[in-house]
Amino acid sequence: MLWNSVYNEFIKITAKPRSYLGLLAITVLVGVILFALKVDGKSMIAFVTSSFEQTLTFQGELLNGNLVAFIILQMLIIHIPLLVALVTGDLVSGEAASGTIRMLLTKPISRTQLLLSKFIAGAVYTFCLIIWLGIMAVIVGKLLFGSGDLMVLNSDGLVILQEQDVNWRYAGGFAVAFLALLTVSTLSICLSCFSNNSIGPIVLTMAIIILFTIIGTLDVKIFDSIRPFLFTTHMASWRSFFEEPLPTAEIIKSLIILLAHQVLLIGLAVYHFNKKDITS
Amino acid sequence: MSEKIIEVQHLSKRFGTFDAVKDVNFTVYKGDVFGFLGPNGAGKSTSIRCLLSLIQADRGEIKIFGQSLASNRSHILARTGSIIEKPDFYKYLSAYQNLAIFSRISGANVSRKEIEAMLDFVGLAAREQDKVAGFSHGMKQRLGIAQTLLHQPDLIILDEPTTGLDPQGIIDIRNLILRLRDEQGKTVLLSSHLLAEMELIANRMVIINKGKTLVEGEVAQLLNAEELVVQLEIDKAAAAKQWIADHFSNVELISSTEHHLELAMDKSGVAELNKSLVEQGFNIYAIESKRKLEDYFIKMLKADVVE
Repeated sequence: MLWNSVYNEFIKITAKPRSYLGLLAITVLVGVILFALKVDGKSMIAFVTSSFEQTLTFQGELLNGNLVAFIILQMLIIHIPLLVALVTGDLVSGEAASGTIRMLLTKPISRTQLLLSKFIAGAVYTFCLIIWLGIMAVIVGKLLFGSGDLMVLNSDGLVILQEQDVNWRYAGGFAVAFLALLTVSTLSICLSCFSNNSIGPIVLTMAIIILFTIIGTLDVKIFDSIRPFLFTTHMASWRSFFEEPLPTAEIIKSLIILLAHQVLLIGLAVYHFNKKDITS
Repeated sequence: MSEKIIEVQHLSKRFGTFDAVKDVNFTVYKGDVFGFLGPNGAGKSTSIRCLLSLIQADRGEIKIFGQSLASNRSHILARTGSIIEKPDFYKYLSAYQNLAIFSRISGANVSRKEIEAMLDFVGLAAREQDKVAGFSHGMKQRLGIAQTLLHQPDLIILDEPTTGLDPQGIIDIRNLILRLRDEQGKTVLLSSHLLAEMELIANRMVIINKGKTLVEGEVAQLLNAEELVVQLEIDKAAAAKQWIADHFSNVELISSTEHHLELAMDKSGVAELNKSLVEQGFNIYAIESKRKLEDYFIKMLKADVVE
């Protein structure tokens, strides 16, 4: 029954026009960035490297597909949560608003199975978005700009990663980014269980992300104790894969916190959904 | 007595401080078309939602097919089909896709051919691939019936299935319910505001008001137990009125016009009254029993208010 319901969720997601907005938005946004970098990327790179030119000599093409993909990821990974929430925030509340949840729950499938099927479908949709982002950023980026060593500027300084050392880092980075977005998907589905309108959970998800991001960014002591436990703090952990040496402990800590959020949110959603009276 | 299909005992449900259902009790037997009656806000929909586990009752027990709903939800719902108020579908999907979605989680293996046959049965075969967004209310209602019957349920629960339907649609639903009972032996629990319709098809009924059961039983018995209201169409109503007053002490005049008399009396006295009036030279054009479910229903509600 669970997999039948998962299949149903796929049918519904693929039939909704809004599901393609995310893919379209990624295509357009990445396209704009690629165009801008193609036209004026070299001057941007020159601006960044100018401060190092007294001590370092750069050889080869710095503006290559690997750097382009990194720039795209850095710019877009903050905005993708909205595209995720746009679809996943509607999975339960949209059905409550349209009345179809009532029809579904008069069938013998358990409420837990029905909800889990929505979480699974939301996860698959999120995976599709991240894969599409990967294709557009890494593959199209390399096709347009060629490959080469990756130069990353982080808080510790400049890191140069060799061309053959980059692909596995992207795989790891995308995997962590997926888990971060999966937390967003889980959050929006959980909120969706508490609402009977489509827009509320989407807006609330984004509001929570913005609030947590502000708390994470503000250098105020009172937030120091909670900052490490906010999922938004770990949404940028994909960048850790581009550090040398690899901060394995930090990455694992981020994964644990993201997974803990997911388990907690799924548990809360299942508990509430099973208790909920369907009066719509 | 035949097999009990639904047993509801002391059902109650409170929303905040509002008691939607206080003490609802009824039993539905196999093969019944069971009328579930009550005014708006009586607790009908809440009770029906409790039967389908959409709402969790605070107290009371619901047994369906002899099993407790609380512990056998999936098994019971696999044998139950329902429409609650109005059927809602995925507007962006076709009629076929909608039925396929509901059939996949119905607990039965429903083939493509069976879905197509069901669409044909409800007269939507030609619209199979059309999106539900373009369907009229009547078409959605028919699709709802298809969804209800697709997995061959033994129990069918219909909450206001004729809402918004045109007269032909209402007749179609009525005939369908009777066919389901007579040809397939299904048990139907039916909630409706159309009391005349209910009188035509229900064999048993319960009336609830303010969340409580007022009366339950065989429709025919409940109505026969009541005093008749008889309307006579007669040529000389004024003279007839006087003659009846003089000779029939057990007949009460309710109202009169130039050619009509409305009388309250026992069913057994109707023939004798008719015979006597004819013998006295009155011309009687029509005798109509006004003892309808509607009168009974209103009388029960009024009695409840007085109590």
